[in-house]
Amino acid sequence: MLTLPPFAFARPTTIEAALDALATGDALLIAGGTDLLPSMKQGLFAPKTLVSLGAIAELETLSVAPDGSLVIGAGVTLSRLATDPEVAARCPALGQAAALVASPQVRNAASLGGNLCLDTRCPYYNQSEFWRSALGFCLKKDGDVCHVVPKGQRCVAAFSADTPLPLIAYGGSVVLRSRGSQRTLPLRDFYVADGVKNTVRADDELLTAVVVPPQPSGTRAIYRKLRVRQAIDFPALSVAVCGRQDAHGNVVALNIVVGAIAAAPRVIAGLDALAVGRKLERALIERVAEHVRRQCQPLKNIDLDPGWRREVLATEVTRALEQLSSCGPSSVAFGANPEATEETS
Amino acid sequence: MEAVVSDAPETLMALTLTVNGDRVRVAVSPTRTLLELLRYDLGLTGTKQGCDKGDCGACTVLLDGRPVNACITLALSVEGARVDTVEGLADGPRLHPLQDAFVRLGAAQCGFCTSGVLLSAKALLAENPAPARLQIKQALSGNLCRCTGYTKILDAVEDAARALCSKGQQP
Ligand SMILES: Cc1cc2nc3c(=O)[nH]c(=O)nc-3n(C[C@H](O)[C@H](O)[C@H](O)COP(=O)(O)OP(=O)(O)OC[C@H]3O[C@@H](n4cnc5c(N)ncnc54)[C@H](O)[C@@H]3O)c2cc1C
Ligand code: SF4
Ligand code: FES
Ligand code: FES
Repeated sequence: MLTLPPFAFARPTTIEAALDALATGDALLIAGGTDLLPSMKQGLFAPKTLVSLGAIAELETLSVAPDGSLVIGAGVTLSRLATDPEVAARCPALGQAAALVASPQVRNAASLGGNLCLDTRCPYYNQSEFWRSALGFCLKKDGDVCHVVPKGQRCVAAFSADTPLPLIAYGGSVVLRSRGSQRTLPLRDFYVADGVKNTVRADDELLTAVVVPPQPSGTRAIYRKLRVRQAIDFPALSVAVCGRQDAHGNVVALNIVVGAIAAAPRVIAGLDALAVGRKLERALIERVAEHVRRQCQPLKNIDLDPGWRREVLATEVTRALEQLSSCGPSSVAFGANPEATEETS
Repeated sequence: MEAVVSDAPETLMALTLTVNGDRVRVAVSPTRTLLELLRYDLGLTGTKQGCDKGDCGACTVLLDGRPVNACITLALSVEGARVDTVEGLADGPRLHPLQDAFVRLGAAQCGFCTSGVLLSAKALLAENPAPARLQIKQALSGNLCRCTGYTKILDAVEDAARALCSKGQQP
């Protein structure tokens, strides 16, 4: 039996009241609680106050803005994202990523905002206090060494959330509010490569919404998630690809984002020079896969061999690009999650 | 709706919810999970405590009809909601068709996962009265069973779906 440490509880009904409660200091927000509560039970967080977002109706809206952007409230559940027709029509890879998170029970409670703010994960961190104390704790919490990179000065716990990958690939943004101010920033700039705290969110900021811009016609996106079991497990590796080809099959745009490597998602650089204007066929797909492999160095921050993960990354990118291109072999031939491909128009 | 606030961790707060059709009003600590409330305050021990951190599904209950893990749900977050547990499945002495199929087909062995599995299955059949086997697997993918190898569980859910359809009954 794992009990929660003591805390006071606030359940405001407006964003303003939540921001006031958050600003009192030593308070944490709780949405679905599916990440925070297991962590609190393991002694990883012990805030004085939990501010629940569960009664704020304003966070649960999903709407299309006049410019065609999809605006998704941070409180929208992952189950809803997985089945929402607007999401399926405008950014299907987001719905597919949401459907691949955890289990039905978790997705029914889990929010999009909580998924975007998911804590980084590591086999030396997501453990009971007793387990961690036996190793003298670690850099991320209560200790001073990293067991993954013993000479490292920085925590490299793995970025483990699914939905941010397709959202970054689609060029999505997040809206952050604090008392008296609001800012919007591209989701790719929301994350930093520090496993202790991997977002630029200030402690008094609330992520209120996610904005997905309208996609040019012909855009396709694919999300692939590698894990040991096909349910419940966090990603051991994840890849989002979003791109567009012209009528001749030449690449017009290509974004690739890789997760579960480091503390922040890796947005692959140099793809314009490598791919734009060229035909997305075997030779280019192989070059892009090798290009991605060279930019990513998996670590022992996940319980699977890092060398193997690096090789499989090239394979996953190849499969995603084959699914993306009309010329590749049928996606069904490439096991893992063939359903995770869709076209937007 | 009025905001619920507790200033101190030790303060008990009022909570009203509906459990298996009965309206319940209790005073709970903010740290109480829905699972602890059900098992230790209301005596409803049919809902099992397994991993206690969201991994296994043994604590699955229906929250406004949807399966959730009670071990990672704060009791105070279900204010005003409808909670259904395995104790509410049978109709007096008459087993629910899912329970009946589980008994007949040997889908429960040690039984530890069974209450959670039954509730995930109940939610599935309410939404989809004639699910394909793959849909049953997906609906039960958050419920781990260490005994049965799952085959008999899937058989039993299919059997119950047929029984409910032929009776024209609501799951
Ligand atoms: C068994 C299990 C398996 C899981 N598998 C996966 C998986 O495969 N993939 C995956 O991505 N996740 C997985 N998760 C983690 C988690 O369920 C999801 O990431 C979920 O989306 C978190 O959302 P939540 O609303 O429950 O977050 P919470 O637990 O409520 O919050 C998570 C964090 O975000 C902060 N937060 C929440 N909302 C906001 C907001 N609006 N603004 C600012 N900060 C906020 C909280 O303070 C907290 O730090 C798993 C969890 C479990 C228990
Ligand atoms: S990467 Fe290192 S510092 Fe970070 S959680 Fe793991 S062991 Fe701790
Ligand atoms: S006891 Fe709740 S999921 Fe295992
Ligand atoms: S019957 Fe024993 S765990 Fe499922």
